[in-house]
Amino acid sequence: MSAFTGQLVRELQLAGRARADVLNPVIFLLLAITLFALALEGKPEVLREHAPSILWVLVLLTNMLALDGMFRRDLDDGSLEQLLLPPAAAGIALLDKLLVQWLVTGLLIVLLSPLLGMILNLPATVYPLLALVLLAGTPAVSFIGAIGAALTAGARRGSALLALLVLPMLVPVLIFGVSAVNRALEGEAPRAELYWLGAISLASLMAAPFATQAGLRITLEQ
Amino acid sequence: MARLTLAAGEWVELRGANGSGKTTLLRALCGLLPREGKIQCRGRIAFVGHRNGNAGLLTPLENLRWHRRLHDVPAVDAELLDALEHVGLLRVAAQPVQQLSQGQQRRLALARLLLSDAEVWLLDEPYAALDVAASGLLDELLAAHCRKGGAALVSSHSPLALANRVIDLSWDDFPSAGRTAADSAQAIA
Repeated sequence: MSAFTGQLVRELQLAGRARADVLNPVIFLLLAITLFALALEGKPEVLREHAPSILWVLVLLTNMLALDGMFRRDLDDGSLEQLLLPPAAAGIALLDKLLVQWLVTGLLIVLLSPLLGMILNLPATVYPLLALVLLAGTPAVSFIGAIGAALTAGARRGSALLALLVLPMLVPVLIFGVSAVNRALEGEAPRAELYWLGAISLASLMAAPFATQAGLRITLEQ
Repeated sequence: MARLTLAAGEWVELRGANGSGKTTLLRALCGLLPREGKIQCRGRIAFVGHRNGNAGLLTPLENLRWHRRLHDVPAVDAELLDALEHVGLLRVAAQPVQQLSQGQQRRLALARLLLSDAEVWLLDEPYAALDVAASGLLDELLAAHCRKGGAALVSSHSPLALANRVIDLSWDDFPSAGRTAADSAQAIA
C-alpha cells in the first residue's frame, strides 16, 4: 500500500474515532441556521431573500470550527514531526489530510444541503443547484483554511487567529457562492460563478499541500 | 563554524545542560528546523523526539502500519506484531495508544525503531519514562543497530555506558554550543 493510501486510511480512522470533532461543527451549522429561521419566523420572504448570505457565512464559520483542531492533535502527540520527516511523503500525506478534512466537513454540508435549504425556506427546485454550488466552493474553504490551521496549530487562542487569517482569503468564495445561490433562486444557471468556485477550489488544492507544509514547519519551529 | 561527524557503527551520546541546544541540534539535523550549513547523510534518518509520534486514537498496531506506509514500506502485520512482542506491547496491540502509560508509549516508539531501516538514528532523551527492562532493551537495539553499520546520536541527561563517544554541548569539544550549533552542524554518517 502506498504512502497516499496509508495516510488516507489513518485519517479516516482518526475521523471515525473523533466523531465529536466531526459532528460538532455540523451541529453548530444546523443550530445556527435554525436560529435564523426562528428569528425571522414571521417573515419568510426576508428569510428567503437573505438565505444565500446566511448560508455561506455560516458555512465559512462552521469550517473555522472544524479547521481549528486539524493539526493540533498531531502536533501534541508528535505525529506531525514523523509526518514531516520524509520530505517526499509529507506532501502526499498532507494532501490526504486536506481531502479527509473536506470529506468530513464540506461533503457533509453538501449532503445536508437539502435540509439546510428547507430550514431556510428555499424552494425545492434549487436544492440540486445549491448542492452543486456547495460542492464547487467548499473544497476551497477547506484547502485555504488548512493553510491557516497549519500556521495557528501551536498558537494559544488559535481559533480567533485562524479566523482572522483565513476569512479575508475566503471573501471571493463567499461572493461567488452567494451570487450563485441568488442566481439559482432567480431561475438562472449560475455557470460563471460555478466556474470561478471550481477554479478557486482546484487552484487551492494544488497550492495547499505545499503552503500547509511550509506553515507546519513554521509552527514546529516555535 | 561547528562540525559534527557521525561515522558508521558509531553510537554518540549528546550531553548538555537544560537549554544547551541538544533538542535543537537533533531537530535541525533531521530537517525539522531550518539551518544554515550542510548535512551530508548517507542513508535515511529515523527520529524519536520528546513526543513519541504515535496517534493517541489509534492502536499500537495501526500506528506501526501508518509509519511503515508513510515510508512506502509494506506493512506486514506478522512483522509488526513481532516488533510489538519484542517491546512487550503485544498484550495491548489493539488498545488505543492514549490508554497506555507513558512508558508503554515510549516502548511503541522503540518498536518503530526496531522496524526502521534508517541508517541514522537521532534520539532525543529516549530513556525518559522507560523502566529498567525497557532501558536495557533500548541499549540492545542501539548496540545491534551500530553493529549492523548504523549510526546513532542520542541525547541524554544521564551518562550512557555503552556509547562510543560523548559530545558535550557545554564543553569545548563542540565549540558553537547551544542553539547556534544547529545552524552550522555537519553530520556525515
